Amino acid sequence: MKRNSAYIKGAFFAIALCFGLLAGFGQNNAQAFSNQVVQVGATGEDVVELQSRLQYLGFYTGNIDGVFGWRTYWALRNFQYEFGLPIDGLAGGTTKNKLAKASKYDKAWVNRQIDTGKKFSYYGGEKRSAKSGAAKGGTAKSGTPKAGTAKGAGKPKAKPAQVKPAKNIPNGYSQNDVNLMANAVYGEARGEPYIGQVAVAAVIINRVNSASFPNTVSGVIFEPGAFTAVADGQIYLTPNAQAKKAVLDALNGWDPTGEAEYYFNPDTATSGWIWTRPQIKKIGKHIFCN
Amino acid sequence: MIRTILIVLLFVAVAGTGYWGYSEHQEKNAVLLQAENNYQRAFHDLNFHMDSLHDKIGETIAMNTRNQLSPALAQVWRLTSEAHNDVGQLPLALLPFNKTEEFLTKMGEFSYRAAVRDLDKNPLSDKEYNTLKELYANSTEIQNELRKTESLAQKNNLRWMDVEMALATNKQPEDNTIIDGFKTVDKSVEGYSDVDFGTEVSNMEKMKDRDLSQLKGKKITKEEAKKIAIDFFQLKKNVKITVESTGKDAKYDAYSLTLYNPDTKGTTYMDLTKKGGYPLYVLYDRNVGKAKISLNEAMLQAEDFLKKHMESKMEMVTSDQYDNIGVFTYARLDNGVRIYPETVSVKVALDNGDIMGYEGTDFLLAHVDKRTPTFKISEQEARKNLNPKFQVKETSKALIRNDINEEVYCYEFLGILGNDTFRVFINAENGNEEEVRKLKEAEPSYNDI
Repeated sequence: MKRNSAYIKGAFFAIALCFGLLAGFGQNNAQAFSNQVVQVGATGEDVVELQSRLQYLGFYTGNIDGVFGWRTYWALRNFQYEFGLPIDGLAGGTTKNKLAKASKYDKAWVNRQIDTGKKFSYYGGEKRSAKSGAAKGGTAKSGTPKAGTAKGAGKPKAKPAQVKPAKNIPNGYSQNDVNLMANAVYGEARGEPYIGQVAVAAVIINRVNSASFPNTVSGVIFEPGAFTAVADGQIYLTPNAQAKKAVLDALNGWDPTGEAEYYFNPDTATSGWIWTRPQIKKIGKHIFCN
Repeated sequence: MIRTILIVLLFVAVAGTGYWGYSEHQEKNAVLLQAENNYQRAFHDLNFHMDSLHDKIGETIAMNTRNQLSPALAQVWRLTSEAHNDVGQLPLALLPFNKTEEFLTKMGEFSYRAAVRDLDKNPLSDKEYNTLKELYANSTEIQNELRKTESLAQKNNLRWMDVEMALATNKQPEDNTIIDGFKTVDKSVEGYSDVDFGTEVSNMEKMKDRDLSQLKGKKITKEEAKKIAIDFFQLKKNVKITVESTGKDAKYDAYSLTLYNPDTKGTTYMDLTKKGGYPLYVLYDRNVGKAKISLNEAMLQAEDFLKKHMESKMEMVTSDQYDNIGVFTYARLDNGVRIYPETVSVKVALDNGDIMGYEGTDFLLAHVDKRTPTFKISEQEARKNLNPKFQVKETSKALIRNDINEEVYCYEFLGILGNDTFRVFINAENGNEEEVRKLKEAEPSYNDI
């Protein structure tokens, strides 16, 4: 049923497209994509354009966030289905050409929205559900997306979609977890080589997964006495980009420690007990143990 | 006259300093007290939860019917989690108290498994009753020891701040009661380390005991490890390589190599297994410039890399761009079945397509050369067990590790419900819904707005 209505929409589109082309709308190609193939997980300008164009056509209903997520993926596949393209969920040359021909994209305007973080209605104004001839005319006439916005605002049905930048974050964690971990890594190991920082982040993750430690990132980091950087406040220093990179690597599965749950600096360690733990290896100044 | 003024000024200065010092002191005490209060709360909470836990376990032993037993076991599960949480708030990180935490986790797992299963069809076995009895005995000991510690701490006005201070500076505190009490608890738990929690809980344990002994090939020397690394990266002569062996207690015996390339000013870190010389992980550290190639091109680079270095056929399961870095996960494809436990990750720089990292530990640990797929029911039959509102978009065959860490063959359905995308795994033997995984959408950046 849904597919059917989508089909009808597609048909409307094709008609609208013809009208559009006749009316001389071909010039949009000038602003089309770069020549890269866009796939799931990608971020950046091309994705913003892809989402905007898919939204313009009514396939994509999510936020324009510049991240090729699953909603974008299904929207693209629907587009490929409607326009008789091979359905692979990849925005390659042919798909992008078709998309560029079928839709309009005002790059400067969209970027401005992203920069200011403004809420705005569907890009291109009309949702495809408006099936009357007037709607068709409306889309064709609205020279700039802004005009469309004004119209869309009048319709109670058009739910505001936001343009906001987003980020890919490894599954099961949030950006705030990443920031917290970056703080801990920076406070604990900012003088260490890169691998030593990844290792500290990996220990935090190993502890979260371990039965003998708290089950959350914050629980592990703020366990009293667990990390010296927490005890002396160094955790509140502003971490640099490298610490964040190290945390992302660790969250993505890199574990240089061989599943260690403890580490200590042999020069400053005060606890005798920590020396009794089975040692795995030394990375930088830290000894990692089980 | 001047003298009087001086005296007055001096007096004011002394009084001012005194007042300032006094208020600083007051403030410091208030802060310390607050920290102490938090510790006290956690400590008394822990005692309370252990008390109720002990009682609840006792009750489950006496219970007979399912509609009593399941809720009681669920309570046990909740209380273990609460107690575990309390422990995490006490300054015990430098004390050997991890056995007790582990014990709480396992007890929770055991009671959860028993609580959610259909006890009418599948009542608690004698063995499980024995386990419960042992848990009861153990919790009695923990409870007694903790109560004793609590009452002594109350009687002698012991402060947790002193304990923390003593542990942090490794000095013996004047009164050891709290530390000794917790040490005794952990010792008593050790005595119960051979409690049989049943196959489901011990499966979890088994995951921790995996090692690399099943790998093919003979042990390599440090020199051979160097040679493997040079071949692996097709390096020129001028690269500095250092090799270090892991400690004797390492779970995975390996050589850790550090390669410094003066041409690119980049350092590569790599671990090679001693047995067979397989790479556990590779990490290349250099500055990555602005993204110039697409994620798609980077994926082709990653696939090229995998073809060069792995015999198995791999299929991409996730791809993500983190600014100027692309990270891809691949699962092994075995006769058209995705083997999810056998995954590797590859990291690619998006400025020039360099391979920035490879992680293969999971693959090496889980790899089995020959698996025998069991697909008893058809895909159509499996589909019937899906949520009717779930729209299937793609179907494939897969092997996953379910929530009790057993490897099961499944039909994998990728589809959508509402605005969210899910992977649903239906057991290919009995049609059980093994796992439903919600695929994450990108997270909006809150602080950039």
